[in-house]
Amino acid sequence: MTGTRTPPRVRTGAAPPDGADGSRGGDGGGHGGGGSGGSRGSRGSRGSRGSGGGWLADLAMGARFAVGGGREGWTRTALTALGVGLGVAVLLLAASVPHMMAAREARSDARNTMGIDEMVPKSDRSALFADVSTQFRGDGVDGQVVRPEGAHPPVPPGLDALPANGEMAASPALRKLLESDEGELLRERLPYRITGTIADEGLTGPTELLFYAGDENLDDGPFTSAMRVDRFEEPAEAPPLQPELVILLIVICVVLLLPVAAFIAAAVRFGGERRDRRLAALRLVGADTRMTHRVAAGEAATGALLGLLVGGAVFLPMRQLIGVVESQRFTAFPTDVTPGAGFLALILLGVPACAVAVSLLALRGVVIEPLGVVRRSSPPRRRLWWRLVPTVVGLALLLPRLNGFDSVSTAATYQVAGGIVLVLVGVTAMLPWLVEAAVRRLRGGAVPFQLAVRRLQLDSGTAARAVSGITVAVAGAIALQMLFTSVEQDQTEDTGRSDRADLMVSTQYELGAPAQLSRKLAETKGVASTLDVTTGYVELTGKQAEAGGENIAVAGCTAITRIVRTDSCRNGDTFVVDLPAKRIGPDPVRAGSVVDLTGGDDGEGGKHRPDHWTVPEDAPTVRSRPSELGNFVPRVLATPGALSEKRLANGTTETYVTLDRDVPDAAEHVRNTAAAFDPTMYVSKLESQQASDEFTSIKRGLYLGAVGVLLLIGASMVVSTLEQLRERKRLLSVLVAFGTRRSTLAWSVLWQTAVPVLLGMALAAVTGLGLGVVLLRITEQPLSVDWRGLGGMTGLGGVLILLVTLVSMPVLWRLMRPDGLRTE
Amino acid sequence: MTTPTATGALLSAHDLHKTYGSTPALAGADFQIHAGEVVAVMGPSGSGKSTLLHCLAGIVPPDSGTVRYKDRDLSAMADAGRSALRRSEFGFVFQFGQLVPELTCTENVALPLRLVGVHRKEANARAREWLERLEVDDVHDHRPGQVSGGQGQRVAIARALVGNPGVIFADEPTGALDSLNGERVMELLTDAARDTRAAVVLVTHESRVAAYSDREVVVRDGKARDMAGVG
Amino acid sequence: MSISHTLLGLLESGPRHGYDLKRAFDERFGHDRPLHYGQVYSTMSRLLKNGLIEVDGVEAGGGPERKRYAITDAGVTDVAEWLARPEKPEPYLQSVLYTKVVLALLTERDAAELLDTQRAEHLRLMRDLTRRKKDGDLADQLICDHALFHLEADLRWLELTAARLDKLAKEVRR
Repeated sequence: MTGTRTPPRVRTGAAPPDGADGSRGGDGGGHGGGGSGGSRGSRGSRGSRGSGGGWLADLAMGARFAVGGGREGWTRTALTALGVGLGVAVLLLAASVPHMMAAREARSDARNTMGIDEMVPKSDRSALFADVSTQFRGDGVDGQVVRPEGAHPPVPPGLDALPANGEMAASPALRKLLESDEGELLRERLPYRITGTIADEGLTGPTELLFYAGDENLDDGPFTSAMRVDRFEEPAEAPPLQPELVILLIVICVVLLLPVAAFIAAAVRFGGERRDRRLAALRLVGADTRMTHRVAAGEAATGALLGLLVGGAVFLPMRQLIGVVESQRFTAFPTDVTPGAGFLALILLGVPACAVAVSLLALRGVVIEPLGVVRRSSPPRRRLWWRLVPTVVGLALLLPRLNGFDSVSTAATYQVAGGIVLVLVGVTAMLPWLVEAAVRRLRGGAVPFQLAVRRLQLDSGTAARAVSGITVAVAGAIALQMLFTSVEQDQTEDTGRSDRADLMVSTQYELGAPAQLSRKLAETKGVASTLDVTTGYVELTGKQAEAGGENIAVAGCTAITRIVRTDSCRNGDTFVVDLPAKRIGPDPVRAGSVVDLTGGDDGEGGKHRPDHWTVPEDAPTVRSRPSELGNFVPRVLATPGALSEKRLANGTTETYVTLDRDVPDAAEHVRNTAAAFDPTMYVSKLESQQASDEFTSIKRGLYLGAVGVLLLIGASMVVSTLEQLRERKRLLSVLVAFGTRRSTLAWSVLWQTAVPVLLGMALAAVTGLGLGVVLLRITEQPLSVDWRGLGGMTGLGGVLILLVTLVSMPVLWRLMRPDGLRTE
Repeated sequence: MTTPTATGALLSAHDLHKTYGSTPALAGADFQIHAGEVVAVMGPSGSGKSTLLHCLAGIVPPDSGTVRYKDRDLSAMADAGRSALRRSEFGFVFQFGQLVPELTCTENVALPLRLVGVHRKEANARAREWLERLEVDDVHDHRPGQVSGGQGQRVAIARALVGNPGVIFADEPTGALDSLNGERVMELLTDAARDTRAAVVLVTHESRVAAYSDREVVVRDGKARDMAGVG
Repeated sequence: MSISHTLLGLLESGPRHGYDLKRAFDERFGHDRPLHYGQVYSTMSRLLKNGLIEVDGVEAGGGPERKRYAITDAGVTDVAEWLARPEKPEPYLQSVLYTKVVLALLTERDAAELLDTQRAEHLRLMRDLTRRKKDGDLADQLICDHALFHLEADLRWLELTAARLDKLAKEVRR
């Protein structure tokens, strides 16, 4: 029975002054009834069912405190639940990513035709498909034109039947685009009548732009890209994830999830001081330390469980939002956003467990005595050495890989990823020490600064914990940004010309057609100039025949002077390009060489009649130069006056288009011209961004994530700042009484936030730069620092400081009214 | 005992009204104090004596009525002006919870000086002088949490005096102290105030504390009654 | 405690017989020490002699106990002066002060004023004692403290009474 468990003194203390429990005070579990009498007199903890499971009773009492303790108790629980809920929502989202990716991939595989490499015979069940994907204002528009060859052609998923000639089936997003005013230019390019809508199962995401169009002119001749298909669902051999990408993903996960964990930990501590006082009241009526800890655990677990509910409630609408977000690359159907069962279980169990662990850890720092809460007067000074361990181990893992990275070895990938994670965790561990050490040395300064510093000297832990979350995010973001920037610069070899070409249209067509296209392109709205380069493969003849083939290009002088370094070029000239690379084997083509312009065979096994041409003896040898006109430089460059491009039997003409930047949608007009000429023609963007588009979206995602994390952490900083302000309501009133300016106190709040954040940002910058350098070395990218990105990221810290301060101001203002002085 | 008149008063208030919500705290209170005078404000709890102090000190503006300090009309001043006046001309001692817990005692005392722009070193030096005078120099580098109630209250008095104020407002300055400590604190406060010719408005409900005053004013039902003319 | 002022005050609320006076006095102020008839009559004759009261009438049946006394104008003034004069603060003052308060209430005078006057007097003395204590040696201090604590107790009683005047007035005038 209870009497044996509860200490004797409970009985005297537990007899509550109020009536209802008075008669039962003697036999009750004591601490419960007494708790209500002693602490707040609420009915919340009346039930002193001490009989039986003491543990459960203590936990249950904690739960009752969490939901019952009047307005203050509610506020605290609600804050915790909200904080934990936000964190849980983010976790659920993160846990959904694998399923989301898998679902997208599965649907993408289901309509894939590319992997079919065997020759499909023409039959009743076959159809011709040609890829006519294009781009519209930066978004990819995937499309296929199709011609059924019999009564039972294969139908891609999401369609009931193939579209008839001149008709098309479009995805809802594309359909919407085409039917809007914005889609006018695209409508011109896709002159098909929309007769069907592609159902969700044929789409990777709700905003995907996809169409299938019927075209009976499609043939399988040598010059088309059409493929014969008799089935779908040929899963493409998924290329293994690039190790760089794996590292990237791991770092992103750590960067975004560690702060969430930090935030949840902070949320569990909301209102801790008040809770401690309540526990002290419990002690007064006879609860022992272990009981109070169990009560605290019950309280924390309740908050966390409510947080799980909130998290679920936030997550569900968030899923819907994912489908709507204006990022074409990462859209998914809400049903795709489903957390994996394992992750879900981990979150459901782990979050409450962590909440309990964190609050018990926090209780280590205080001694709850019956007469009040005693903070350990001089908290043990934080030690550096163990905080350095993760960083050191992390660096130890990374350093051996500095000289390059074996992309095949999984072990190496994990080693690098592990190293990065450890370094980032190390930053988290180091920050509280850094803040404490730095603040201890700070002296003097103006009054607001002094107030803030002194406050931090007494308790820097709360602030440091919150900021460490930001530090991880920013350090990781800086490192990743360095990686991105370097990759980007790698791909952007600036030619230093203002009139560089923007687009390239490549045609391999019947002779004469390229010139026609080129003319049409030149007349297209928004085109400033065009350059044609026709490249053909020729065979060396005579003594040099063994050297095989070479590439010869025919181009105007404007183009030639861009490709090679020469001062003079007139029509009729020919140039031999001296490639820097040493060539093994017979002499290459040179002035005086005789070549066969037909390139030997006709591609069908037959031999052409040779068409000989001699490279002029006086052709000067020149060096190539980097240009946007391709990395592929032919050995001989001839002006049309020296060699007519029409003689290049297998010639491919590339038309380089320079756009008039003042004409909006100039690129779309060019694409329309090209599509009208031949729908399968692909217009490539020469801008360097093309290659890094992918990085841009990851970068944007990272930015958004970092901002989200900062906001989350900012929210927890606001809560703790407000809490602290409320605790000192009286002091604030006193300070106002003797004439302290509001601005003085506002600045003090600002400094109190700013000092840890600035320290955190400095640490993040250093760590981020260091980690970035390591990443660049490992991925063998040239070293470069993105100072702007660095500034941007750390600038976010500044924004956060201001935000926290601003949000705290109304409460500060309110608390600075003299009401606090009234003791009555 | 002289009957004080409004003329020549350092701080005077006339017909103060102040209502919090629907409860009137002051209903036509008058008050005068002269330089170097110690006036006890007494009265039952809830009678409005703290409100009177807050109005006199310009912490809260009265709903109606006037408060004059020297030749300035506090009731006509904006918040910023009143704050500046409090910084430079007034000192404050409260019952408890007035010391900034993270500042040392010296820094707490130096705070009013620093708020009016005195350099840190000089402010600290002057703070130390006052701590010595109030017999608490031995705890100058302690934080308020580490000193006793009596010591803390002396630190608070040092802080009230350090700026050489014209008026010191003391709201139950000994409320949290035992008799001996309370008496010593009152002695130190009144002696220091008389030395510096500062007026002291002393709100208290304890007659033995009020006995350190030159005269008392009783607040009852929102009205202040000067007892010097009584009897 | 001045019995003559008290009886005089009681008479102010209306003429009474000697016997009524004694009963009224005992009821209100004589909880532990009821008056003797002799005391009443000797006081009455002294007041008569001083012109503060007069005989209002003698009831049929005669005898000294049948006289009805009434207060004179001089008597009213005398009561007023007595009530307004603060008592010298000294221990065990309550009975006098209580009598004065009740009489003030009975005669519809300002009892609060009376209490205020008294508290001012008390504080004046406390101030003197405080000053004396400051300049004196330890013995002085202890003696002064003793007095101060007693005065403080009185003062508290004064304050408490002041706070309960309305209630008391209701009871007295019942």
